[in-house]
Amino acid sequence: MTEPSTAGRAAGSASGEASASSSESPTAGRTLRAHPPEVSAAKARRWGAFYYAEQVLRVMKGYGWSIFLYSVGQPAAYLFAMGVGLATLVDTSAVSAFGGVSYIAFIAPALLVSAAVMTAATEFTFPVMDGFKWRRVYYGPHASPLTPEQIAAGQIIAVTLRFLLQSVIYFAIVALFGASPSGWGWGSVLVATLAGLSFGLPLMAYATSIKEDKGQFAMVMRFIVMPLFLFSGTFFPLDTLPVLVRWIGWISPIWHGTELGRVMTFGYEESPVLTIIHVLFLLGLAWFGWVLTKRQFIRRMGQ
Amino acid sequence: MPANETGPERDKEPAAPRYVITAENLTKTYGDVTAVDGISFSVPAGESFGLLGPNGAGKSTTMKMIGGVSQRTSGNLTIMGLDPEQNGPEVRAHLGVVPQQDNLDEELKVRDNLLVYGRYFGLPMSYLKPKADELLEFAQLTDKAKSKVDALSGGMKRRLTIARSLINEPRILLLDEPTTGLDPQARHILWDRLFRLKEQGVTLILTTHYMDEAEQLCDRLIVVDKGRIMAEGSPAALIRDYSTREVLELRFGSERNASIGAELEGIGERLETLPDRVLIYTHDGEAALEEVSARGLRPLTSLVRRSSLEDVFLRLTGRSLVD
Repeated sequence: MTEPSTAGRAAGSASGEASASSSESPTAGRTLRAHPPEVSAAKARRWGAFYYAEQVLRVMKGYGWSIFLYSVGQPAAYLFAMGVGLATLVDTSAVSAFGGVSYIAFIAPALLVSAAVMTAATEFTFPVMDGFKWRRVYYGPHASPLTPEQIAAGQIIAVTLRFLLQSVIYFAIVALFGASPSGWGWGSVLVATLAGLSFGLPLMAYATSIKEDKGQFAMVMRFIVMPLFLFSGTFFPLDTLPVLVRWIGWISPIWHGTELGRVMTFGYEESPVLTIIHVLFLLGLAWFGWVLTKRQFIRRMGQ
Repeated sequence: MPANETGPERDKEPAAPRYVITAENLTKTYGDVTAVDGISFSVPAGESFGLLGPNGAGKSTTMKMIGGVSQRTSGNLTIMGLDPEQNGPEVRAHLGVVPQQDNLDEELKVRDNLLVYGRYFGLPMSYLKPKADELLEFAQLTDKAKSKVDALSGGMKRRLTIARSLINEPRILLLDEPTTGLDPQARHILWDRLFRLKEQGVTLILTTHYMDEAEQLCDRLIVVDKGRIMAEGSPAALIRDYSTREVLELRFGSERNASIGAELEGIGERLETLPDRVLIYTHDGEAALEEVSARGLRPLTSLVRRSSLEDVFLRLTGRSLVD
């Protein structure tokens, strides 16, 4: 998170100034000297988002174990229950039903994506409310040279790192189960991260717009995340569902991410056009969410 | 002011501004509500400048605009010669800010709060670590360095917030109601720390609705009510201009306070009747009290005191500072 070249230079100049001014320092005979405000501003303009990400990661580190257990333990439990338990029944049906692979290989990329989306549903809701309202943690950095969009971006960077880390660990477990036969399997880590952002950033924009907590986030979990989780071709192919509910999959970042993940982990055969649509859908939704979030942050903090 | 030394990139500026802050007709409206209504003032470097007024007078809104976090509706504002709306990060890099509501990171340890905050200014750890220790000592929190923030008392949190605001060695410190909600002892510790900063030449801008705080800390202040400046001057000058030297406070019981006015007519220069007491403004409080007795009036309690900013505010607005 630090930028070695500039930080090193600043440290050097700080100690240089210190030795020069030690004799005339008016403050308690100490030799410390902060770099001038112009330097602070220039550095913040350049690296501000990373400075804030550093703070978010520091806070995350404080409850690292529960993050780990939640984000890795849960999908691993699913993987075991479904991929080993349920699979003994499911795998007796025709192999072609699940794209020509074992059931565990079929659901592994789906669970990877779903885990990232569920993490997004917590990381981009309650902490945002905390930042603006409960403990108002955004307003500390807001008084510093950081800008509102840098604070938003910093949080997103930190959560993106969390997506990456949890997906890497989870993918390693999947690989141990032998459920990622393709050499491109690792790409599903990036897909899951992208899916997390694609779902999370519009949600972050929504969370930023909420002034009063009336249980909206619990509603999001129950009425958006859960249906998306169940009807996104997670546990069975989307086309086994009636057309009436199939649209849920089409607008779902989980479905687009899952299908893309399957292409990566076991070379799931689909039209290349569809693959491109998955990528564009996920990128587009994430970008849309970022633009909205940025605008909301600037508006809400500038009041 | 060595800390304000300008780098070569500042050569484009003709000279260091005489005033670190200038506001002209500064206005802020929220919908139909005008929170700040065309106020103007200038603050020279090193001055301790106060905004005194009741809750809702527009003090915090003014502070947010100076702090470069709230957009003004109209008027001009410069801090160190810069417009906070155009040069937000540059302006904020000059400032230390103590907000009305503490917004410390409760999940981080006391010392980490300082380190993290310093990072927002791009300050390197080689500077921040010893600086954090120095500031903890200044804030008398050294033995709490490794505690979690939520284990601190209100006064300690406030001192930590002040320590945090000093991490970048600002030459301008904005303090919004720095001692509201603290007990008297905690307030005195804070005043002492602020006074030391003032001695070091830091420009202090503070809002308060405590007259004693304003008298202790401010070289000059503006009295603000309903978003407007009612008066401006040093505490002593304001008292001289808007009040008498002494005040006689009389309590006759809540029922008689209102009706007693006529019987006190002619004593002192001016009479102010409040729900709980009657104030007689006079140059000689003892003499006024003798006169009250001579008229056969027997107040339940009486007190002669020197005029304060509270009296100035009462004179200007007809209301008390703290309701």
